[in-house]
Amino acid sequence: MNKKNTEYLINRKDNQYEVVIGLEVHAQVLSESKLFSSSSTKFGAEPNTQVSLVDAAFPGMLPVINEFCIKQAIKTGIGLNAKINKRSVFDRKNYFYADLPQGYQISQFKDPIVGEGKVILDMPNGQKEVGIERLHLEQDAGKSIHDLDPQNTFVDLNRSGVALMEIVSKPDLRSPDEVNAYIKKLRSIMRYLGTCDGNMQEGSLRADVNVSVRPKGSKEFGTRCEIKNVNSIKFMQMAIEYEANRQVDLIEEGKTIDQETRLFDTKKNETRSMRSKEDAHDYRYFPDPDLLPLEVSEKFIKELKNDIPELPDDKKKRFIEEFELSPYDANILVSDIDTSKYFEEVVAKMGKNKDIKLAVNWITGELFAVLNSKGLEISQSPVSAKNFAILINLIKNGTISGKIAKTVFELMIDGDKDPQKIVEEKGLKQQSDPKALEVLIDKIINENREKAIEYKQGKEKLFGFFVGQAMKASGGKANPQLINEILKKKL
Amino acid sequence: MSDITKQSLTELVENIKNKKLSSTDVTKAFIQRSEKSSELNAYITDDFTSALDKAKKFDQKPNLDLKLPGIPMAVKDLFCTKNVKTTAGSKILNNFVPTYESTVTENIWHEGAILLGKLNCDEFAMGSSNETSHFGNVQNPIDKNLVPGGSSGGSASAVAGQLTPITIGTDTGGSIRQPASFTGIVGLKPTYGSCSRYGIVAFASSLDQAGPMAQNVKDCALLQEVISTYDSKDSTSINFKRNHYSKELTKNIKGKKIGIPKEYRVDGMPKEIEDLWQKGIQYAKDCGAETIDISLPHTSYALPTYYIVAPAEASSNLARYDGVKYGYRAKGENLIDMYEKTRSEGFGAEVQRRIMIGTYVLSSGYYDAYYLKAQKVRKLIKNDFDEAYKRVDAILTPSTPSSAFKIGEKTNDPVSMYLNDIFTVPVNLAGLPGISIPAGHDTKGYPLGLQIIGKAFDEQNILNIAFAMEEKINFKNKITDWWIK
Repeated sequence: MNKKNTEYLINRKDNQYEVVIGLEVHAQVLSESKLFSSSSTKFGAEPNTQVSLVDAAFPGMLPVINEFCIKQAIKTGIGLNAKINKRSVFDRKNYFYADLPQGYQISQFKDPIVGEGKVILDMPNGQKEVGIERLHLEQDAGKSIHDLDPQNTFVDLNRSGVALMEIVSKPDLRSPDEVNAYIKKLRSIMRYLGTCDGNMQEGSLRADVNVSVRPKGSKEFGTRCEIKNVNSIKFMQMAIEYEANRQVDLIEEGKTIDQETRLFDTKKNETRSMRSKEDAHDYRYFPDPDLLPLEVSEKFIKELKNDIPELPDDKKKRFIEEFELSPYDANILVSDIDTSKYFEEVVAKMGKNKDIKLAVNWITGELFAVLNSKGLEISQSPVSAKNFAILINLIKNGTISGKIAKTVFELMIDGDKDPQKIVEEKGLKQQSDPKALEVLIDKIINENREKAIEYKQGKEKLFGFFVGQAMKASGGKANPQLINEILKKKL
Repeated sequence: MSDITKQSLTELVENIKNKKLSSTDVTKAFIQRSEKSSELNAYITDDFTSALDKAKKFDQKPNLDLKLPGIPMAVKDLFCTKNVKTTAGSKILNNFVPTYESTVTENIWHEGAILLGKLNCDEFAMGSSNETSHFGNVQNPIDKNLVPGGSSGGSASAVAGQLTPITIGTDTGGSIRQPASFTGIVGLKPTYGSCSRYGIVAFASSLDQAGPMAQNVKDCALLQEVISTYDSKDSTSINFKRNHYSKELTKNIKGKKIGIPKEYRVDGMPKEIEDLWQKGIQYAKDCGAETIDISLPHTSYALPTYYIVAPAEASSNLARYDGVKYGYRAKGENLIDMYEKTRSEGFGAEVQRRIMIGTYVLSSGYYDAYYLKAQKVRKLIKNDFDEAYKRVDAILTPSTPSSAFKIGEKTNDPVSMYLNDIFTVPVNLAGLPGISIPAGHDTKGYPLGLQIIGKAFDEQNILNIAFAMEEKINFKNKITDWWIK
């Protein structure tokens, strides 16, 4: 495998293979109630407590479209720079399973609500465009629980009928890293829009991964396999790596690849055949006669468009222009909406004489480290943007040194304390009075006469010794710049 | 008290409002007659005890402003009724007691009516003779061993036999109008979207409509007025201005243009049906209407189209009866085995046949040739009517190509059974209202019906035409009470 190169290729003897990946992402619509019923969608409730007669498919029960979910899907479509279809149709996808009460899933087949679009990925070697084929709305199924009882399967219908957006990419992805970037970008866009919380642990975001391989340079696609229902980016990457190598091995052995659906075994780190193309379900899609075709007006779409917040790509551009950030820094700050909000709040609170670059370094350095170690989101940051801004200003205006600032920051974490007060209470203010420092330095030079002479004779290394002594004598509070200046003059 | 059950709904409402009769009197009378009529097998489930309680309660504090004050009424067992078993005529729902009420029945109880019980029907409303019911045949009060038609066979039999003053059925391809015709009563299939489908066990969602079945047109209009409401719980319910059908009912149909479609003169149609139709045309003229020959060119495709669309939807609608959540469950080795046994044992032969047809026409490789083509033809059939309605206000046809047949006569010949719906099916495909009124008797003395088809949402017009013609026809049902014990 060749990872140093920007290209992700699989090498065998004389052959190099390219991996072609397309994703079907299932994103749960952020909505209080389900797609066709008023049941709650709250995660983690007791089994079968959020189930209406419609969700459980009682006789004579009928679906009624939840307008909010439609708005969410259209907003997401706008975020994906996609065509919004003014007329879309809900179809029935028919199959039997214990956790599918209706015996069909209401989905969209021929006429999805959102058509073609695109997303831009920021890769180390530049930007990459990934095509979106479509976005459609569908119901989630319930959950079968097989491990509670040796004889019986239990069914929890809390998820039954929850709205999902299936976002289908074009087969434009070429490596596990691109898949990582793609999922993160999708999640970022949807979180900006408030249309999906992107929480993979709770199953709000999962994907079917289509993988095929082909000799490098080939224009034709190889036979693809679909890896079903992978629920973390890491597993997606592992599954792709395993699956691509499996397919390459088959080709190298002169065998053919069967088009099939596979499962990723996270314990064994391998994909396994689930069903072949011949065994594929015939879903007998047809328009759901309980629902009329969904028609949305230009005005409806326009109103939603006006409602769209600044999205990551635009925000990044603005950050670069307005704050003169590097593309790298801008990327980090916009990838998560809450991070960008925090950053902008810090910038605003810093006032006129601000050092944005310093603030960025502190956010991506000290703050991220603290959040990481405590397992917190930035929205739960123990240090408010206001106090964070004060701290940066204290460094900027020379009140404290960067080193002291780290001590202050640690004290701020406990109870979001005002750094100004910490500095005052603990007497951590930087000594920037040249006269006082001169006295201090005179004293050190007097005490170290021999070393001073050695320095003058050319042993320049000793300069550091004097700086260290001066800092030590000041309890770390001396302004290092001033110390340098005075020492140079006096020695 | 015996003459109470002979009274029409309108008379009963009047007598209760005038306090000449109490709800208890009326309810008792219908319960007693129903109890003596077990031979008809019109009921699947009775709710007599509770009905009598409700009647007494009503009489203690009668609200006489209601449209159906204290009127007892049995309904087709396809309507979900809260806390009363609802089977849809199927073994698979033999133990199903809904915790909810259909919108249509809710509307009825809201106007003061009282549930007598649940009436027999073909299994999941699939049939034209009530012979597919898991709960056995229904006898036609007209004659022993005669089918009452279907699928609302129990409903038709109960009205004709005076077991209930009025009832509601459902009509997917003729299930109200054909049994109405076979039993000598009036049956209206409203415009698609007029009555909510919420809480009605679904057969074919794009065709199903609930509607009233009554002894006369006026009763029919009154019940239609009660059951037709816009319902946000049914996405196909239509919010249009509904008439006060009974109040606005008039016999003045002077100058109305009534179309006579030549394509309804089908091969092998008995002469007595042709004669009835001609008489009907004359009645219409006698009422002051004008008849005009029209063409509905795609009529002959209606039946095959229907037998693709309806089973397709049914195959999907009935997938929920899988033994997992409610209803009948057979023991199985595993999930698939449980499904197969539950559905093989729980569904009857006709339902299984239609599920298989429906599954086939929707399957990959056949979808375009069957389902999609049928949808296109359906559009053409609707266009035929739209075209015709540029020239006429309503259309007059026979309701059925024959009178009622004997029990068992057609059970082994599904196609001949399906042909029963040849005049009624196009109306469902086009989503239009249609009413069947009794118009004469065949040589055996069995009733024959005429169908009046209206424009969408034009129930008032066809009710008016039916009301005017009813007077001229002056039909008398020949009921001998042969089954009364």
